[in-house]
Amino acid sequence: MKSILILFAHPRFEKSRTNEVLVRNIRNLEGVTFHDLYEQYPDFHIDVPYEKELLLQHDIIVWHHPLYWYNCPPLMKQWIDLVLEYDWAYGPKGNALQGKQCLQVVTTGGSKEVYCSEGSNLYSVNEFLRPFEQTARLCRMQYLPPYAVMGTHKISDEALLKHADEYQRIIECLRKDRPLAEMKNCTFQTDIPELNNIQRA
Amino acid sequence: MTGSILFEAIVFLGGALICVPIAKRLGFSSVLGYLFAGILIGPYLLGFVGEEGEDIMHFAEFGVVMMLFLIGLEIEPKNFWKMRRTILGMGGLQVGATMLLTYLLFAAIGFEWEVSLTVSMAVALSSTAISLQTIKEKGLFETTYGASSFSILLFQDIIVIFMLGLLPLLSNTGEVTEADGHGGGGNLLESLPLWLQTLAIILSVAAVVAAGRYLIVPMLRRVATTRVRELLTASALLIVCGIAFLMELVGLSPALGAFLGGVVLATSEFKHELESTLEPFKDLLLGLFFMAVGASINFIVIGNAPLMIGSLLVAIIVLKAVVLFIVGMVFKLKLDQRLLLAIGLAQIGEFAFVLLSFAFQLHILDQEQMDTMLVITALSMALSPILGIVNERLVLPRIGTKQVEKRAVDHIAKTHKVILAGFGHFGSTVGRFLRANGIEATILDQDSNRVDLLRKMGFDVYYGDATRMDLLESAGIAEARILIIAIDDPDAVADLVAMVMKKYPHVKLMVRAKNRYDAYELLNMGAEHIYRESLDTSVKLAVDVLHQLGFRKYTLHRQAQKFIKSDEESVKRLAGLRRNKEEYIFKAREEIELQEKFLEEDLQRGFIVNDKDWESEQMRVAFGGVEEGE
Repeated sequence: MKSILILFAHPRFEKSRTNEVLVRNIRNLEGVTFHDLYEQYPDFHIDVPYEKELLLQHDIIVWHHPLYWYNCPPLMKQWIDLVLEYDWAYGPKGNALQGKQCLQVVTTGGSKEVYCSEGSNLYSVNEFLRPFEQTARLCRMQYLPPYAVMGTHKISDEALLKHADEYQRIIECLRKDRPLAEMKNCTFQTDIPELNNIQRA
Repeated sequence: MTGSILFEAIVFLGGALICVPIAKRLGFSSVLGYLFAGILIGPYLLGFVGEEGEDIMHFAEFGVVMMLFLIGLEIEPKNFWKMRRTILGMGGLQVGATMLLTYLLFAAIGFEWEVSLTVSMAVALSSTAISLQTIKEKGLFETTYGASSFSILLFQDIIVIFMLGLLPLLSNTGEVTEADGHGGGGNLLESLPLWLQTLAIILSVAAVVAAGRYLIVPMLRRVATTRVRELLTASALLIVCGIAFLMELVGLSPALGAFLGGVVLATSEFKHELESTLEPFKDLLLGLFFMAVGASINFIVIGNAPLMIGSLLVAIIVLKAVVLFIVGMVFKLKLDQRLLLAIGLAQIGEFAFVLLSFAFQLHILDQEQMDTMLVITALSMALSPILGIVNERLVLPRIGTKQVEKRAVDHIAKTHKVILAGFGHFGSTVGRFLRANGIEATILDQDSNRVDLLRKMGFDVYYGDATRMDLLESAGIAEARILIIAIDDPDAVADLVAMVMKKYPHVKLMVRAKNRYDAYELLNMGAEHIYRESLDTSVKLAVDVLHQLGFRKYTLHRQAQKFIKSDEESVKRLAGLRRNKEEYIFKAREEIELQEKFLEEDLQRGFIVNDKDWESEQMRVAFGGVEEGE
């Protein structure tokens, strides 16, 4: 079983219906460390040695955050700036994260239709997430297809619960170390066919 | 019993060491402990101290002089001037009314008018030593009760001069048998005409003021440059003795002169040095004074006429209290403050000893009258703290600013119960921020004016001393989640922490600490959440200094966060170290040693040097130094 570190960044978590529901199921799962960055570092004073230690202790890193202005909230960026050190995470001697998997979980207010070449946002979510993909790659991690909960402004309670369930299943699957082959050619986690056939524990 | 001065010292010090801690343990003021120590070692119980007790009392009255000097130091001349109305008004009314009623009482009983007048003068005076010491111990100086008491006592100190001047005029024999060596007697000016006496008095007061400005301060500066600490102690004592001597010489009250000297020096840079130097002397002498009062209670005189003395005692105390109560009413004190005042100053004061024995020498009073009045004076002083306790525990909770005020408790208050002890400068900020976020803390405070204001603003407030378990319990400590301790006095904070941790271990304690030293104490007691009031602010100041010197703000901000964090860790670690060592005797030495450890740790850490965040130095080196940063 693989261990999962969820780096969660939301500056107004208590006001986010979507994330409240998403997080509810997975925060206490076995083998999962839920790390609430804004709760831990309200003053942006990130304890770098501690964060590095946490990264080393886990096999899969999850960046879970809302998408604000096509990007992550500033504390997540601060985390990337400070924790992913040269010659530790990247650079000639930087192989501390080598071989780990990296999953990005984002919530967006706009729907999938808005995030496409015909929509008002012009680009897809995956395209907006390119910097993160490249960050993971530079750190020699495997960047998994992201999981996006979109259109949260209008999402129904039912649909939301379905997403929460899905998120939990993804985490459980990752714990069981799904073969990489299945993920080839997937845009999102939800495109992975096997996901829907997995037996719930 | 024995004339050895060492033996006497042992008796007095031993008595104090045994009785005062017991009194404090029982929750009484130290005054009561000293008084009982005096009774215990006095001629009628253990008999360690005999007639010499009276001499010791006169010696110990010097403590009162020092106390007034120290009080003077706290009062800047402008404030003193502001108080003139309350001093004259309240003091005048209290002394006048008390004298009148006492005179009528004694005249009605059948004493001669001279006797009645003398007694009424003695009765009108209250004990500065007892009341101010009690006010100070309870931290009530800032309340209207404290200020009113002080004004009245000050007026009495002034008026006693005139009383001592008046006594010889009442004397039947018209002659002074001998100078009595203290107070009104022994003064050089007696033979001079009245206008010269007055002139001398004015001159000597002016001399004190002038000396304060032009003699004492330059002298202290010179002493300070020698860096010999005991010289400062010597000069402090010299100042007080000198003023007292000068005042006695011209027939003024030494206490009054000392007060004046204190006021003059209040604005000087030596204020705090003088305070810390004289404080222990004052406390010891006052203790000695209280013990001497206790020892002077003549139980044989009481035994001869218990009924008469008892009823006179009650009558006098009631009379004084009623007058004070009315004075409080005239000056619009709130009911509870008025009661505190009435009970607080209802005793007969130490000046009565002087007045009465002077009157005896002048043959105004006979031996029996003097003994009776002396006993009543001493008894009233001994009763005073006890009455104070009765008032505080039984009467006050029921009237005026109520200890508890019923109000509807909403749901949040019930489930997120937070108690905030102390709503002064520190606590009020805490409480306001909590309220700004919709959390209503239950507040405990012991300033009744503040309590009333807070209640008007809709706070749930309990009035009284937060270190009292019963008050905490009625404020709901049993169901509380968090108790915030924002009290000023570190000892009270420690008491409260210990009490709550023992009885209600589930309550989370968030404690204000004055400084690192207090923080150690609290950490070693097992408190976890400690907030040093001197940490964040001083770091913030240093940040601004560095910014002025050209450092970038965000870098400083991050350095400050690191600094605070490591400082807090150091405090926790060093607190553990300290526990293992034997108790430090000298706080100052300990502070220095700890300071040294901190500085060493800072050096080892080397803050700025280790800050590599957002730096491209490393990469530039790796890539052959071509780029000019990212």
